[in-house]
Amino acid sequence: MSTNPLDVPDVTVPYEPRSGQRGTGFLTEPLRLGTTPSATVGPYLAIGLSWPDGPWAAAEGTEDGFWIRGRVLDGAGDVVPDALVETWQADPDGGLASPEDPRGQASYPRFRGYARSATVDPPGEFGVFTLKPGRLPDGEGGLQAPHIDVSVFARGLLDRVVTRIYFADEAEANAEDAVLRGLSEEQRRTLVAEPAGDGYRLDIHLQGDRETVFFAV
Amino acid sequence: MTGTTASGLHLPRYLREPAEQRTPLGYPDYKSTGLRAPLRTPVDLPHRLTEVTGPVLGEDRVKPGDADLTLRHGGEAVGQRILVYGRVLDSGGRPVPDTLVEIWQANASGRYRHVVDRFPAPLDPHFDGLGRVVTDSLGRYEFMTIKPGAYPWGNHHNAWRPAHIHFSLFGRAFTQRLVTQMYFPDDPLFGQDPIFNSIPAVARHRAINRFSLDRSQDNWALAFEWDIVLRGIEQTPFETDDDGDVA
Ligand SMILES: [Fe+3]
Repeated sequence: MSTNPLDVPDVTVPYEPRSGQRGTGFLTEPLRLGTTPSATVGPYLAIGLSWPDGPWAAAEGTEDGFWIRGRVLDGAGDVVPDALVETWQADPDGGLASPEDPRGQASYPRFRGYARSATVDPPGEFGVFTLKPGRLPDGEGGLQAPHIDVSVFARGLLDRVVTRIYFADEAEANAEDAVLRGLSEEQRRTLVAEPAGDGYRLDIHLQGDRETVFFAV
Repeated sequence: MTGTTASGLHLPRYLREPAEQRTPLGYPDYKSTGLRAPLRTPVDLPHRLTEVTGPVLGEDRVKPGDADLTLRHGGEAVGQRILVYGRVLDSGGRPVPDTLVEIWQANASGRYRHVVDRFPAPLDPHFDGLGRVVTDSLGRYEFMTIKPGAYPWGNHHNAWRPAHIHFSLFGRAFTQRLVTQMYFPDDPLFGQDPIFNSIPAVARHRAINRFSLDRSQDNWALAFEWDIVLRGIEQTPFETDDDGDVA
């Protein structure tokens, strides 16, 4: 069987060396692997992503601990009953429980900094128990306002969406925050949790007139 | 790449894949995205301390036996036994060690152990479909499980999900968090599946594992290799003026 040398396969997929295999053996530029594409968590995320201690960024009973609660709402204003909300934040002294912090890994008593909570119906709300984060440098010579980074996962979202939670009783710090300053008053309101009950409340609107500000990270 | 200087903190900046290679948030053929995927353009968030750090979730999240999904509740799961293994890397090719990997999946007949799943296929008393491991010092992970079945869903007439396993990864930083699905080679259901096809064509092969005869276990299990690549750090460190703190 002969092959036609002009019969070049139609290559629509760009060449990507598998990790560890670098073509000619000569590296002309830094190794660059394509990242794995995201996918939706689907409707059955509770099987894989439920932890009995999920909601506790601070251990139960921690002094000054409070709940942040809220709903996740879709474009029709209906509660999303199968979302997962994850939070990550600094401790009250502005430390982060991570070896990736170049200032050193912080350790704050009874505090993990991370929580995950599903919006299981009823009550169709997420709830995380945590402490007020301290302020962090903003890279522009100032300080960020106390904030919590948030990821939301759900059926019908092909990737996570990222937002932040700020606090209404930190008005002075909020006014100085570089991220908030870049937003309109209406946008800012979607990120600021209001004091309520045993802590704070903030609903996350995936769509609609009050669509939450989501961030590209 | 990171370090403290007199002028402040130098932080890594995590690469973002170009939009043409990322899964979009919404995809019209996947109907549930219609009322859920945000419609406004996201606002750029600079990578500061909160974004370049992440929780340390290690061995204390994993129980003995969590890496073997085929032995649960005192018996053996039904189905084709498979070894799913690979490495967690960043886009610079660096292994991501000591990071939590969580998986969940349907059983051999395509049924999830979940109240919402009404597909009339049998549940398996010895399969709950949940696995957890922490990567080793070279970023390697391994699960022994059974090949999940395809399952129907209501998206369109005769809609069937190709066989897949859900993966959740943390990496080392908030920016690296990833939830995804791993597929098997040559699945005849790819063509009609909007969740698979929402991945841009150039990146779809990254979601498909590779059969390995080498790692298949004689008289026991087939093996499938899948490397997971998280976002890496840009080569040039983030530089700033000497008078500014960087964080
Ligand atoms: Fe699934």
